Amino acid sequence: MSESVKPETGTPLVKRGLAEMLKGGVIMDVVTPDQAKIAEDAGAVAVMALERVPADIRAQGGVARMSDPDMIDGIIKAVSIPVMAKARIGHFVEAQIIQELGVDYIDESEVLSPADYVNHIDKWKFKVPFVCGATNLGEALRRITEGAAMIRSKGEAGTGDVSEATKHIRTIGAEIRALAAKNEDELYVAAKELQAPYELVREVARTGKLPVVMFTAGGVATPADAAMMMQLGADGVFVGSGIFKSGNPIERAKAIVKATTFYNDPAVLAEVSRGLGEAMVGINVSDIPAPHRLADRGW
Amino acid sequence: MSLPVGVLSLQGDFREHLQAFERLGVAATGVRTAAELANVSGLVIPGGESTTIGKLARIFNIFDPIRDAVKAGLPTFGTCAGLIMLADDILGGIDGQETFGGLDVTVSRNAFGNQSDSFEAELQFVGIGHPVKAAFIRAPIITEVRGADVRSTLEDGRVVAVSQGNILGISFHPEVTGDDSVHELFMREFVK
Repeated sequence: MSESVKPETGTPLVKRGLAEMLKGGVIMDVVTPDQAKIAEDAGAVAVMALERVPADIRAQGGVARMSDPDMIDGIIKAVSIPVMAKARIGHFVEAQIIQELGVDYIDESEVLSPADYVNHIDKWKFKVPFVCGATNLGEALRRITEGAAMIRSKGEAGTGDVSEATKHIRTIGAEIRALAAKNEDELYVAAKELQAPYELVREVARTGKLPVVMFTAGGVATPADAAMMMQLGADGVFVGSGIFKSGNPIERAKAIVKATTFYNDPAVLAEVSRGLGEAMVGINVSDIPAPHRLADRGW
Repeated sequence: MSLPVGVLSLQGDFREHLQAFERLGVAATGVRTAAELANVSGLVIPGGESTTIGKLARIFNIFDPIRDAVKAGLPTFGTCAGLIMLADDILGGIDGQETFGGLDVTVSRNAFGNQSDSFEAELQFVGIGHPVKAAFIRAPIITEVRGADVRSTLEDGRVVAVSQGNILGISFHPEVTGDDSVHELFMREFVK
């Protein structure tokens, strides 16, 4: 056997690669090991371990922080699928702690209270990959520049109102299409306007897609919501409060998994939408005063 | 050869497999239903979450057709979660986790640890004349080989690729590294 290259961990390829394996799947927010088991049994591709789902963070108010390590440990032990956990925007020490716990992905999340209103975490310094939220293409590319290995288009978490998620995934899609239609010599100014590095802007213009996987999140409460996000171009969906704040979490979790796979088949969608009981009680985003909108956090 | 190669497209990185075949000039198509399965010359089970792929296959009534087709000799290639799905025995599965089977081996899920232990490496591979670029992502390992042939190991001897009759199973992802030589080998040796 010839000398082979030494194995290397924490490379961009393996960080982005895990997100590739999650595609077409549903990532569910869970607050207990029992909920994590329910999510895994329903066919979730990963779980997000947190102390309070966004609907409760919203209702209870106050500063929302990283979860208790004991709670994250309990969820890691309960399931075989990847476990994600949230750190506050810019809180690189929370991220160091979460990496130490052995989670598979860190979400630098606007659902928690930001710890730094200027800088996000320098995600290249970590072996564990990060997912970050974005409301537009420039924001997505800035997060990728900082080392994000996966993007989720933001919705308004904890509302059950899918309209913000729709707006942001449409925005990102439209901005990518507009970029792809530009001439080479127009990309310099496009990079300036997007406030993103030229090399990355040129790559998106050439390939017509982000260089990382993009899920969508925030306000997804029904199988139809999940399927709509997939039809709008998401690679998969995060469901937060929508499952465990509903009347029948087990059936709803299974139904959203099925709808995410067969998002283009209305016959399947009709079937899985039946008999799910009460959806989570929603809040219309338009009723939330602007300072309390989570999607506006991050820049 | 008239029929395309199928890629099971329930969940995971099926698009990367379709792109690998496209780069090789091989016709390939997504498979989600038993009817689609009946019209392919070979089948790839992609990377993804084996628990999710198994459940979706069961729910959408393609689980038994795949198991039967693999048993009947359909050329089949599994990567990572796909290897788990093709193993007769698994370790570290969830309660009641089912596999299609076909490879007389035991496969251990998430054998390297969590995502921080995921890695890239280059491997010697029986039947391929150069090192293969491989990405191991929360990868499984083949802990016991009974009726299958070993095709590749890590430097420490742990088995990461096997074949048996019509089936090729590997614990890594050539489809995300852009190294198409294992797909080329699958076409050359198995689909023909």
